[in-house]
Amino acid sequence: MNAVSVSRRSFIAASLAGGAALTFEAKLAFAAAPGGAEPAMLGVFVSIAPDNSVTILAKNPEIGQGVKTMLPMLIAEELDVAWSQVKIKQADDNAAAYGPQFAGGSMTTPLNWLPARQAGAGARAMLVSAAAQQWGVPAASLTTSEGKVLHAASGRSITYAALAPVAAKVAAPDLEKVPLKSPKDFRIVGKSMKGVDTPAIVSGEPLFGIDAHPAGMLYAAMVKCPVISGTLKSFDDAAVRKEKGVLAVVPVTDGEIPAGKHNAVAIVGDSWWRVHKAREKLAVEWDTAGFDGYSTDGYSAMAKALMGAAPTADLFKAGNADAALAKAAKVVTADYAYPFLAHATLEPQNCTALWHADGKLEFWAPTQDPGTARGDIAKVLGIDPASMTIHMTRIGGGFGRRLMSDFMILTACVAKAVPGRPVKLLFDRTDDMRNDYYRPGGWHRMTAGLDASGALVALKDHFITFGADGKPMRAAEMRATEFPGPVLPDVHFGMSFLKTNLTTGWLRAPTSNAVSFVFQGFLDEVAEAAGTDLPELMRRTLGATRQLPPEPDDTPFDTGRARGVIDAVCKFAGWTGKRSAPSGANGGKGRGFGFYFSHRGYFAEVVDLTVTDGTITIDKVWVAGDIGSQVINPLNAEHQMQGAVIDGIAQAMVWQPIEQKAGAVTQENFGDFPLLRINQTPGEVAITWVVTDNPPTGLGEPTLPPVIPAIANAIRDATGKRLRSLPLSLA
Amino acid sequence: MAISLTVNRKPRTVDVESDKPLLWVLREDLNMPGTKFGCGAGLCGACTVILNGEAVRSCQTPLADAAGKDIVTIEGVTASPVGAKVVEAWTALDVPQCGYCQAGQIMSATALLTATPKPSADEVTAGMAGNICRCATYLRIQKAIAEASKAISGAAA
Repeated sequence: MNAVSVSRRSFIAASLAGGAALTFEAKLAFAAAPGGAEPAMLGVFVSIAPDNSVTILAKNPEIGQGVKTMLPMLIAEELDVAWSQVKIKQADDNAAAYGPQFAGGSMTTPLNWLPARQAGAGARAMLVSAAAQQWGVPAASLTTSEGKVLHAASGRSITYAALAPVAAKVAAPDLEKVPLKSPKDFRIVGKSMKGVDTPAIVSGEPLFGIDAHPAGMLYAAMVKCPVISGTLKSFDDAAVRKEKGVLAVVPVTDGEIPAGKHNAVAIVGDSWWRVHKAREKLAVEWDTAGFDGYSTDGYSAMAKALMGAAPTADLFKAGNADAALAKAAKVVTADYAYPFLAHATLEPQNCTALWHADGKLEFWAPTQDPGTARGDIAKVLGIDPASMTIHMTRIGGGFGRRLMSDFMILTACVAKAVPGRPVKLLFDRTDDMRNDYYRPGGWHRMTAGLDASGALVALKDHFITFGADGKPMRAAEMRATEFPGPVLPDVHFGMSFLKTNLTTGWLRAPTSNAVSFVFQGFLDEVAEAAGTDLPELMRRTLGATRQLPPEPDDTPFDTGRARGVIDAVCKFAGWTGKRSAPSGANGGKGRGFGFYFSHRGYFAEVVDLTVTDGTITIDKVWVAGDIGSQVINPLNAEHQMQGAVIDGIAQAMVWQPIEQKAGAVTQENFGDFPLLRINQTPGEVAITWVVTDNPPTGLGEPTLPPVIPAIANAIRDATGKRLRSLPLSLA
Repeated sequence: MAISLTVNRKPRTVDVESDKPLLWVLREDLNMPGTKFGCGAGLCGACTVILNGEAVRSCQTPLADAAGKDIVTIEGVTASPVGAKVVEAWTALDVPQCGYCQAGQIMSATALLTATPKPSADEVTAGMAGNICRCATYLRIQKAIAEASKAISGAAA
C-alpha cells in the first residue's frame, strides 16, 4: 500500500478501492501494537491510564477542518467511553502504523469511518475479553458503558483502567468481525463536540508550526528567485554575514528545479526578524531565461488564439456534437473564464527541522501530507525516508497549500547546513504569495443545443487550460464525467493547452471551484433559453434515479441524490422559479441557484443578493447537503459549511487575480490580494441536511463550489447582466 | 539598550534593537508565541495586541513605541473582566476553525467591548474589519461578540 499514491490520486479521483485497503491497514496497525511492553496500549490509537482517562491518537493533520476532534470521536464511540474521559494527542507521521495521514480531498471521513470505529471496537473487545477471563463468565454476557465493563447477572462492574494491563495482552480480534454499534446507539457520534484545541487556541498556547521551538532553535529567512522555475546563478554574502545575528548563508532548493541547482538563498541566525532584515544585504543573480516571458496578458492572448482553433485533445466524446448542434432547435453559446488564485493561508509557510549528528532528520511541520513530503524530501536530499521523524503541528489554514512539500524540502536543506541545531524557516507574506502552487486559470467555450421541446440534447466545451503534451498540469484538469456530459447523447469536451512556469496546485475543492462556475453558470443560461429555471432544467436533465459512471476509482454520480438536494434547497429557500425583472426593476434584489457534486457530496445552494450602485451584497445563502447517513460532529459540520460558503463568496467576488509580468507574480500582500473581511460576510448561511443511506463522506470542500455560480446567476437575476468571468464584478 | 515595558501586568525588560517590532519581541525575546505573524504589514490583524487600552498591530509597532507602555496579549487577556467574557463566549461558541487568527480577533473584540460594551452591528463591523479570518468564522465571531456584550452588561447590572 503506497500512501503517496493514495494521497496524490485522491484529490480528483478519490479511491473507493482505498476503503478495502484501509481495513487491511487498520488490521495491520492493530497487530503491530506492542503487546506487554506498554500494557495500557490497546492497538495503536488507544491507551488507558490508571485514572481511567483514555488517550486517543489523532492521526491526521488538523488544518481547521476538525479531524483532530472527529476521528477520536469515532474511536471513542465504539470503545464505549464517555467523551469527558477522552484526551486527544496528535500522532506523528507513521502511515505503516496508522494508515494514510493526509488532509486532502475531503477524504478523512470516507477513508476512516469504518477503520476508526473498528479500532475502537477492537480495543473494547479486548477489554471485554479480559473481564470475561477475570470473572470466568462468557464475554457475551458482558456489556460496556462509559469506560466500564458490566456484568448484569451479578451486578459487577470494573473500570477499563483496571482491565487494561490484562486486556493489552489479549489476542487482537479480527477487526472485520468485531461488532460495531448500531447508529441508534451512538452517544458521541452525531453529537456536537467542541474542537479539542479550542481552549489552547483562545489562551494563546503554542500549537502551530510557527510556534514550534525545540531547544537551541535558530531562525531562517530566504531570498527566493522572483521567477518560479528560475535558478540561482551566483550570490555574494559578504555583507549579509556582517549583519547582527547572522550565522550562516546557505543556497537551497524547494525541489521544483533540476537536481543540483538552487533557487533560494537562506539566511540563518538567532532571530527571524534579524535574518529577514539582513536579506537586503544579499547580492544575488538569478537565471530566469526561458521563464521570464510568461505573463497574464500573454496567457489571455494565447487562450484567445487557441479558442479559435480546434481542441488538441479530447476529454470526453459521445455521439456527434457538431451534427446535433447543427440540427438543434436552439443553440446557446458563451465563453467563461477564471484567473489564477493563491491559497493565502494566514499562517505563512514554515517548517522547523533538526539534522541530528547521526544524519537523522526530525521535523516539526504544518504539513497536510507528511507521507508524500517524506518521499519528496528523501528524493531531493538523497536520504532514507525511514531516517526522518515528522511531528505534525496544528496548521494555520491549509486549503491544499500544505499538501506540497516545498517548504519542508527548503527547511531540510537549511537544517543540513547547521547540523545539531534545530532551525525554523519562515516565509514572509510576499514569499508566501509569490511561491504558491496556484489554482490555475482557465477558459471555456460552452455550446449547448436544445430540441424543440426545450430539452438539452447536445453539449460542447472547449477548455483552454494549462499543461503540456496533451495533459493538464496538477489541478488544471476537468472531469471527463462532468455533468451533464454522461446523460446527453451528443457531447464533446475538448482541451487545448498553454504552458506556464508557475507551479500549480490544489485549492479547496480543486477543479470544482472553477468548473462549477462554468457549468452551472452556463446551464442557467441554457435554462433561460429553454424558458425554465436552473433547478427545473437540472431535474429534467438528471432524469430517472440512476448511477452515472464514476471517474476512475471514485464513486458514481447518483442522480437521485442530486435531485434530493435540489428539491430540498428549493423548499428550504422558497424557490418559486420566478425571475426578477431583467432590467433590475426589483430594487436590485436577485436570487440564484447552483448545484454541484464533488468530493462525494451533493450540494445545492440558493443565494439572495442585492446590487446597489454596482456593489454586490450577499444577503443570505441556503444550503442543502447530502453527505450520507451520518453527520459526525454537527457543530463542526455547520462550521465547515458556513466557512466553505463564505470562502466561495471570497473566491467569486473578493479575491483578485494572481498576475504575472516577465515571469514573476506581482501580488505581494493582502493589499493587492485582498481576503474577505467581516463587513463582506453574508447576513446568514442557513443549512439543511438530506440524510440518505450512504456511507458518510467529507465536508471540508463540497459546500464551496455551488455558491460561486449561484452568485453569478443571482446577479443576472438582479441586473440582467450575465457575468462570465471571475472575479464577478459590475464595475 | 535595555527597554522596559509592562506585558500582561508584569514588568519586562528586553535588550534588543529598538526598531524590532513588538510582535517579534513577544515571540522571540519574551517567549510569548500566542501573538501571530500573518502579513507583516498591518493588513491582517493576526498580531493584534492591546497597548495602553488600544488595539494595535504589533508587527507595525517598534519596540521603542512600546517602551514604558502597558501591553496586553492573548496570554493575559482574561485578566480583565471584558477579556474573560470574550474568551468565555469564544469557547462556548467554539469560534475557531484553524485558530490562527483568533488571538488577534479576541484582542480586537476585547478592545472593542472595553470601549463600547454594547456595540451596534456597524460598530462590530468597524471594530473587527481589520482582522482577517481566512477560514471565515465571521458569523460565529459576530455571535460571540454579541454574547460577550450581553454577559458584560449582565455583570455590570
